[in-house]
Amino acid sequence: MTESNGNKSEGNGHIEDAAAGTVAVQLTRKDFASDQEIRWCPGCGDYAVLAAVQGLMPELGVPREKIVFVSGIGCSSRFPYYMNTYGLHGIHGRAPALASGIALTRPDLQVWVVTGDGDALSIGGNHFIHTIRRNVNLKILLFNNEVYGLTKGQYSPTSRQGMITKSTPMGSLDRSFNPISLALGSEATFVARTLDVDRKHISEVLRAAASHKGSAMIEIYQNCNVFNDGAFDILTSKGGRAENQIRLVHGEKVIFGENKDKGIVFENGEAKIASISEVGEDRIAVHDAHREDPSWAFALSRLSQNPTGPTPMGVFRQVEAATYDDQMNQQLAAAQTKLGQGDLASLLNSGDTWEAPERRGSDAPVYAGPERRGRQPGE
Amino acid sequence: MTAPIKELERVVVRFAGDSGDGMQATGDRFVEATAVFGNDLSTLPDFPAEIRAPAGTLAGVSSFQVHFSDHDILTPGDSPNVLVTMNPAGLKANLRDVQKGSIIIANSDTFTQGNLEKAGFESNPLEDGSLEGYQLYPIPMTSLTVEALKDSGVGKKDAERAKNMFALGVMSWLFHRPTDTTAGSIRKRFAKLPEEVIEANIAAFKAGINFGETTELFISSFSVKPASLKPGRYRNISGNAALAWGLIAAAHQAKLPLFYAGYPITPASDVLHELARYKHFGVRTFQAEDEIAAAGAVVGAAFSGNLSVTCTSGPGVDLKSETMGLAVSMELPLLIVDVQRGGPSTGLPTKTEQSDLLLAMYGRHGEAPMPIVAASTPADCFWAAIEAARIALKYRTPVFLMSDGFLANGSEPWLIPSIEDLPDIWVSFATEMNHDGEFWPFLRDQETLARPWAIPGTPGLQHRIGGLEKADGTGNISYDPDNHEKMTRLRAAKVAGIAKDIPDVEVDDPDGADLLVVGWGSTWGPIGAGVRRVRARGKKVAWAHLRHVNPFPRNFGKVLRSYRKVLVPEMNMGHLVKMIRAEFLVDAKPYNKVQGLPFKAAEVEAMLLELIDD
Repeated sequence: MTESNGNKSEGNGHIEDAAAGTVAVQLTRKDFASDQEIRWCPGCGDYAVLAAVQGLMPELGVPREKIVFVSGIGCSSRFPYYMNTYGLHGIHGRAPALASGIALTRPDLQVWVVTGDGDALSIGGNHFIHTIRRNVNLKILLFNNEVYGLTKGQYSPTSRQGMITKSTPMGSLDRSFNPISLALGSEATFVARTLDVDRKHISEVLRAAASHKGSAMIEIYQNCNVFNDGAFDILTSKGGRAENQIRLVHGEKVIFGENKDKGIVFENGEAKIASISEVGEDRIAVHDAHREDPSWAFALSRLSQNPTGPTPMGVFRQVEAATYDDQMNQQLAAAQTKLGQGDLASLLNSGDTWEAPERRGSDAPVYAGPERRGRQPGE
Repeated sequence: MTAPIKELERVVVRFAGDSGDGMQATGDRFVEATAVFGNDLSTLPDFPAEIRAPAGTLAGVSSFQVHFSDHDILTPGDSPNVLVTMNPAGLKANLRDVQKGSIIIANSDTFTQGNLEKAGFESNPLEDGSLEGYQLYPIPMTSLTVEALKDSGVGKKDAERAKNMFALGVMSWLFHRPTDTTAGSIRKRFAKLPEEVIEANIAAFKAGINFGETTELFISSFSVKPASLKPGRYRNISGNAALAWGLIAAAHQAKLPLFYAGYPITPASDVLHELARYKHFGVRTFQAEDEIAAAGAVVGAAFSGNLSVTCTSGPGVDLKSETMGLAVSMELPLLIVDVQRGGPSTGLPTKTEQSDLLLAMYGRHGEAPMPIVAASTPADCFWAAIEAARIALKYRTPVFLMSDGFLANGSEPWLIPSIEDLPDIWVSFATEMNHDGEFWPFLRDQETLARPWAIPGTPGLQHRIGGLEKADGTGNISYDPDNHEKMTRLRAAKVAGIAKDIPDVEVDDPDGADLLVVGWGSTWGPIGAGVRRVRARGKKVAWAHLRHVNPFPRNFGKVLRSYRKVLVPEMNMGHLVKMIRAEFLVDAKPYNKVQGLPFKAAEVEAMLLELIDD
């Protein structure tokens, strides 16, 4: 049966050999664009995110073949088709699980998950929180447009309460998830928020995420111009941008507003917006994304639920912790150090064994059924 | 004076008691000694789903049956020749299986008014004459154990708990088991307990042996000579362990790392436990957050070049269905192992059934064919795992591997293979462009229809695939009507084509029978034993047993049509029989049992005789 094994002539059977021969070359944004026609609606915020990601990739210096984009189902989940890397377009909500199987077994790869608010937080909520909890080495791009686009406009788990849609003609009753709070509650080691239209900011945040070891969750506010147009206008409009975007920069005081006249104070475990002229600049908190304790980041996340007012943008939390995949590999190495490289013959012969002598002239009928069990049927 | 020794060809022993009485551990110790002694054997553990049901109740009865012999046997035995019961409930629950004339050994200390009431006895059966016709041996095992351990340094509670080892000692004496093996095995089993507790258990075991030796209670003891199995080195192995080892061997033979993702579920969890011990073989085990995630991780690991496996039971299969569809669509090699149990819903979690066959066959949306391989005995799980992996890798397809609770927890002697006997199941990854300077992920091998397996990290072969329909060849998204029909037919043809690559089904028909009995999976033993009984009566019956349930072996239709009558015994309401009738228009008859227990040889025999005389 070995002769007819499919495709045997193609090459080698070892992961290391197949994955050998990677050469670092200087690539451009174009090198990361696949030959597939992009099929998002004209004006969709996804175009901007794709352009930002393709633009960032060359500077990361990771060869295209070492990158995998994994997605679930939804508009944003078409993303992998447009990247000239390896890509897996999975099923609804399961991208973190699919990506975990890749990341856990292939530490040589950089794995990105592209998901949406419905995909990650509704049908895939369980995988989202547990993958983050384990700190699997994945970059999770959560495109949040506060609506189901691909299925034509139903409310999503991040939609504002009362949203009128085809499935909620009298307004939705659901309270919305705050993805940043949820990720922090799932023990996330890297949590950030950015915006589709702000190319500079999105690139900065993605760059920070790319260098993070472990699960990096990036919420990207992304405008759906067909079913939920203008959901983030408050952050992007003229004037709104400065007044409502609270830029988080590690090590700097959290100050915002057209006239830099507002800041965040930390009081009784809560983050609050204060007028600098009233409280004085000394009381304005300095952003510390590296704090081991997530309370500060969580307090910041509570400043806004949906962006209806001043909203923190940037890296909320970035701490170092052992990744699941590294620890799994360390256990394998430790077991090999302790027990030696596993030997199949020794395993099969382990435990209590005994030798059956030559048959005593038995004329028992030989049955040719389930072969190789070394037994013939008897009563 | 020592009782005379009676020689027997085969014996069925059942240990029964409360879930907390350690009956499974007692049975395991008895089996280890029996295996090392060289008898052939087959076991049937039977325990409740509750970890500790209320003590003394019928719901809490746990039992362990072992059939051992001086010749080759196939089943754990129909009815015990010896029932050891540690309490009244154990007697009540098991008596219906014990025939008159058999031995009943009861721990008389537990036959108190309270326990008798809990078990539903109106009077004490050890005293009221209701067990007349049985060879009844009431032994105050608890008090004898406590007495034997009074200077051992353990408290009364620990001493009482060792009563199962006293029972084991009595049985070891009664059947001349090698006592050194058992003492060593007790030491291993209780290794984590304090030294005095280990010593107390060994002392209780020895007290049981001495009790048999010195009292003149038993009329005789029994010996069962070693069986003459095929020459070679043997070990005793359970189905779940054999399955885990088969996966390790398959990965070895495929030169691939093994990735296993699972979620705890009875009776499949032991496969995860077993594999988690072999990290030094490079085995990665992942306990996922749910069954769906386990399936998803397995798809991801298959995409990236592992021998990728998930193992579950019926409810878990339901949850993995959507992901299996993805694997069918992406044409990735992986294994879905279903250790079947009684359903529907939570059903009978600890009991066996074969009621997932049609689920494995058809339980996915869309046209999503998957090959199905079934193991037939506990040790056969090893070989079935390798065969399932071979098909998955060669044809780039998810494959169902069917086991069940009977195989999972049952055990038997296994002729240990040498590595040279294992098949080479190595396949290669794609490393080169395959179409005019491009890489087409769905350009198929003409013979197998398998697509190339290009794993991430391979320079130049970057490609994107998923659950959307793919254009034949390029693998690009395609909604073209003709392409969808073509791809649907190609996927079906690929799985159907595996029939060319599996052996014909063998028919065991020495006498030229009219009646063919057809089985699959764990009914191998009971059907084989039933067939043998029928032939011993001078009647004719033919027998065929399927290892591959999808696709069927190429000669299967011809075999079926060459018999006047076809009987299909299954531990379900008739799954294989429906497939046979649908596929071949053969008037096969179902024979169904859904009691959470395997067929008895006598049941199969009776059914066969009825049909033969019909």
